[in-house]
Amino acid sequence: MSTVSKPSLAVWKFASCDGCQLTLLDCEDELLAVTDRLDIAYFLEASSATVAGPYDLSLVEGSITTPDDVERILEVRRQSRFLVTIGACATAGGIQALRNFTDVEELLRIVYATPAFLSTLGTSTAISEHVDVDFELRGCPIDRSQLLEVIGAYLAGRDPEIPSHSVCVECKQKTNVCVMVAHGTPCLGPITHAGCGALCPTFNRGCYGCFGPVESPNTDAMAGALAVTGLSAGAIDRLFHTFNAWSEPFRDMSVSVPAPTRRQP
Amino acid sequence: MAFLVGADCLDEMIASLRSNGRTVIGPAVRDGVITHDQIESASELPLGWTEDQDGGRYRLVPTGTDERFAFSSPSTSWKRFLIPERTLLLRARRSNGTVAVVEPEPEAPSVAFFGIRSCDLVALGILDRVFLDSDATDPTYAARRPDVFIVAVGCNRPGNTCFCASMNTGPTPTSGYDLVVRELHSEEGTEYLVDVGSERGADLLAGLASRPAHEGDLQRADRAHETAVASMGRELRQDYVPLAALDPDHPRWDDVAERCLACGNCTMVCPTCFCSTTEESTDLSGTEAERWRVWDSCFSLDFTHLHGGSVRTSTKSRYRQWLLHKLVTWQDQFDTSGCVGCGRCITWCPVGIDLTAEIAALAVPAAATDLGGRDV
Repeated sequence: MSTVSKPSLAVWKFASCDGCQLTLLDCEDELLAVTDRLDIAYFLEASSATVAGPYDLSLVEGSITTPDDVERILEVRRQSRFLVTIGACATAGGIQALRNFTDVEELLRIVYATPAFLSTLGTSTAISEHVDVDFELRGCPIDRSQLLEVIGAYLAGRDPEIPSHSVCVECKQKTNVCVMVAHGTPCLGPITHAGCGALCPTFNRGCYGCFGPVESPNTDAMAGALAVTGLSAGAIDRLFHTFNAWSEPFRDMSVSVPAPTRRQP
Repeated sequence: MAFLVGADCLDEMIASLRSNGRTVIGPAVRDGVITHDQIESASELPLGWTEDQDGGRYRLVPTGTDERFAFSSPSTSWKRFLIPERTLLLRARRSNGTVAVVEPEPEAPSVAFFGIRSCDLVALGILDRVFLDSDATDPTYAARRPDVFIVAVGCNRPGNTCFCASMNTGPTPTSGYDLVVRELHSEEGTEYLVDVGSERGADLLAGLASRPAHEGDLQRADRAHETAVASMGRELRQDYVPLAALDPDHPRWDDVAERCLACGNCTMVCPTCFCSTTEESTDLSGTEAERWRVWDSCFSLDFTHLHGGSVRTSTKSRYRQWLLHKLVTWQDQFDTSGCVGCGRCITWCPVGIDLTAEIAALAVPAAATDLGGRDV
């Protein structure tokens, strides 16, 4: 395949830890195959050499937390033919969306000596709340194989094979023993989107919900089952309020956060 | 004709099966449960263990005895040894403008199922109807199933979630085995009554130390059977309703949907749920593609995804589909119930939804309940 016909790839960062875009660099064995099919035109984590847009495929990491982000994502969208958001920050607002439940002005006063230097939003929100997104890849961080599947599917012009069922299905396919039923370990697996290969339950830990809510999560019934394992209401709230706290099904699970400090989206 | 053997004989059976080149799959303690796994000797059997099973709960409990089969349904069914979680169906390679497709020969491992219970044995018979007795025989299943050597075991201690007696599927195996073993436990020790179900079963037993069973041995086995029948934790009363008459608009469906997580665990642990999806993958270079068959669950939204969206969008519709297929339309398709009363769907449901309780509630006409609704 000649170089001219290669689609271009851009990788963008918003509020995030870089773990998801590093997943692309972590594809060591497949990286040459990726560069064989795609021109890496903009990927600051990998190279300071950039090529001007527009870009065929954009991978967007991170959430929108500043007024500047709001403008920049519009430009990224304008420059991108196919835009994929990667990771819990980009798809749900990330752990930093905990700010959505409290008063950011107060936090700024506590943390920073001169808050006036900062220009930030009161919320951390998913990319899809600001621009149209062509595909969302879940996870904190995303799964390497799933990223390659999304890129491979894009190149082949087909839908990515990313199952939307629960982590439980992955557990059972791996013949893992159910940690909740057999060990009494609190686990968000039943209402969590698959994709990690049931990583934590495979090591006898409960699922933390890194991949966010499954397609039709019954959060109330899940909270009830977690209470049976002995978790307090506060502990259940904290379990729902990690990387995907601002995902729509999880954000209202915050029964123990005092109402006056909670903000509406 | 039945024979009596000592505990040593179980080990000899396993050794003999293994020396014939078979992988022996049997019950074993793993990660805090009794499951089915590859075993190399009778020492791996769950000696001295039983379990406390209930809706959404499973705990191992010591028996304080030398019984090896004092448990009820192991955590996993046997289906994965016949319809694996993932099966490669074909591989395609593109070169010089042509596509070469290779369909791999189905694997045919030589295995023995050691210690399969009556409920699970009946489940195999149901899978046989689905995958063998039809115009569309499944190559994967057909390559694995016929050769399986079956050592069945009578179930002496049904669990809290068991209801095979009311499904007429147990607790004592009646057919479909090469050998059947029944554990006879007493203060003096534990012995095993062995009966033969096939020629190759007889051949295996002939090589082992045994004596013909006495009338007293048979009576002990019968008593163990009666005790087991009487200690079923649950019941699915066949006279509740003509199941086909279950009201699809009964308010109980909404009630169960409020509790159901739609996680799919029930279908994964069910010994007869056989649904699969097909996954296609391509490599980055665009020269190789693969098609895999993968276990699927009717509780996922994607299961009914057609052009334009999913058919069963609500959990209510998915639960109703599962239960009515299992108990009602399965009869129309395969001339048998899809449920064998093993109770796994109850135990391994994280919120403990109990299909026997759901059926009992659904059998009461909606008008007669305080939930209201229309008449059956």
